[in-house]
Amino acid sequence: MAMLERMDVTLDELKHLVSEEALQGDTLLLNMGPQHPSTHGVLRLLLELDGEIIVNCVPDIGFLHTGIEKNMEAKTYAKAEVMTDRLDYLNTMGNNLAYCLAVERLAELDVPERAQVVRVIFAELQRIASHLVWLGTQALDLAAMSVFLYCFREREYILDIMELCSGQRMMTTYIRPGGLWRDVPVEFETAVRDFVAYMPKRIDQYEALLTKNPIFIDRVRGIGVMTKEQALAWGATGSTARGSGVTYDIRKAMPYSGYEQYDFEVPTHPDGDVYARYQVRMEEMRQSLRIIDQAINRLPMGPFRSNNRKYVPPPRSELGRSMEAVIHHFKLWTEGYNVPKGSVYQVVESPRGELGVMLESDGGPKPYRIKWRTPSFSHIQLLSWIANGHYVADLVAIIGSIDIVLGDTDR
Amino acid sequence: MEMDTNTLNAAVQDLEANFSGKVIEFRGQKQVSVPVDQIVAAAAALRDKYSFEVMPDITAVDYWPQTSPRFHVVYQFNSVSKNIRVTVRVPLDGNQPSLPTMIGVYPNANWLERELWDMFGIRVEGHPDLRRILMPYDWEGHPLRKDYPLGYEEVQFTFNYDEIDQRKPRPKE
Repeated sequence: MAMLERMDVTLDELKHLVSEEALQGDTLLLNMGPQHPSTHGVLRLLLELDGEIIVNCVPDIGFLHTGIEKNMEAKTYAKAEVMTDRLDYLNTMGNNLAYCLAVERLAELDVPERAQVVRVIFAELQRIASHLVWLGTQALDLAAMSVFLYCFREREYILDIMELCSGQRMMTTYIRPGGLWRDVPVEFETAVRDFVAYMPKRIDQYEALLTKNPIFIDRVRGIGVMTKEQALAWGATGSTARGSGVTYDIRKAMPYSGYEQYDFEVPTHPDGDVYARYQVRMEEMRQSLRIIDQAINRLPMGPFRSNNRKYVPPPRSELGRSMEAVIHHFKLWTEGYNVPKGSVYQVVESPRGELGVMLESDGGPKPYRIKWRTPSFSHIQLLSWIANGHYVADLVAIIGSIDIVLGDTDR
Repeated sequence: MEMDTNTLNAAVQDLEANFSGKVIEFRGQKQVSVPVDQIVAAAAALRDKYSFEVMPDITAVDYWPQTSPRFHVVYQFNSVSKNIRVTVRVPLDGNQPSLPTMIGVYPNANWLERELWDMFGIRVEGHPDLRRILMPYDWEGHPLRKDYPLGYEEVQFTFNYDEIDQRKPRPKE
């Protein structure tokens, strides 16, 4: 009772969220989350149930809101990049890449070929790692425990490669405006080749466990159906939209980092249910391996970051003998660099969908406004449409299939 | 997939001619500034005539202390079939701005407009569910406005521990 007195939100303001039956007590209101294991983070869902059937699903987000956009406005471009890792913690390299591409586009900064290829390798490794977490948790939610363990075993290989290059498993900040933080070590090539050789038969094994498994198919086929038109109107992107037959991939449509030079397919599936999204993502992992294989074979020698000293720090070896280098280094680490005035919208294909950065500069050393258009934010909104009419147990499958990360949603 | 630049140019020219749009091209991206009373009609034209099926994003930029315009609301439009993108900016004056809702044209505007209200205090007329989305329901102020301070935590030392402790923010019970 004491709590009700303090609430300054009246019931009238929230009545419209549920149907008339709920107010009369004919249907049941149930809170799912924010600490529910299968909501993949801190997602709260208010469910209106008629028996075991969902009549109404009201997602409630914001539990992980950390004000990253506001914080980035107060930091220089170099310092702000560190925050990008914390957005979508399963796609750290992809976030770095989106941010760097936006800064590079504003500053018209060149990126050497070697850095471009390494960026592609890491973006695809990260896609596989993210899909492995998705597959593991999706299967775990449907009570297939062993898949989860296998997926996390393979993901560790990728995190090891990331640690080898950046020193960090997850919060890498390895891709920097103008190139990379440092060159990849000599062991990198072997590690990636080993992974590319090892991974395909592992994907076959996951498929052997799930794809034709009748228990799995019973749980996923015909669940959470979304037509192509609905997917577009509701703002679905990435593999979630491709599972509804939308043939659109930003890597093909608006190539960045030299994606136009690689040969790969964009898998789609017309059904639009959880099983379709599962099949699309499984095929995407194979396509990513194809891209990595092509990239590692064409990895050129050469500089790993731009030579534009107004934006990119000089190499350590020059600091001892060049006054210019010392000045540049000092300016870059104290004041930062000024980026020309203007506004760009840069998109990349993250494992979850369209990751967009709206970056606006006022000509100073800090981003004037940076907006992260994150795929998970759009996809959680889908739940209020596609969950209706399903059992609560199927909602768990739907949440898994739209592949959400709450850090990505709440920013 | 090739970009259909003819459709893009036609769409931009249509916005310029029929919706009093002003076109800026920057780093190869087209941005059109459209007045607030025409934005919904402009979006409907983009969707129906030029097949911009997806609206990925709505956001805003605050130019405080400037008041006219104080805000730019930024809409992104994407055409999946024609592979083109266009940015539409809507200037808004004053400290209590409002604009009409886009839900009738693009249903996914619902949450994006709630975020616009939550973060910038831009009221969306005709929105069915204009509650805060990211901040707690009883939060005061709109964090992404430029006159909203970033906030910080004061460091406590032995000599001023109690003094700072008294004014420290605490979680609500």
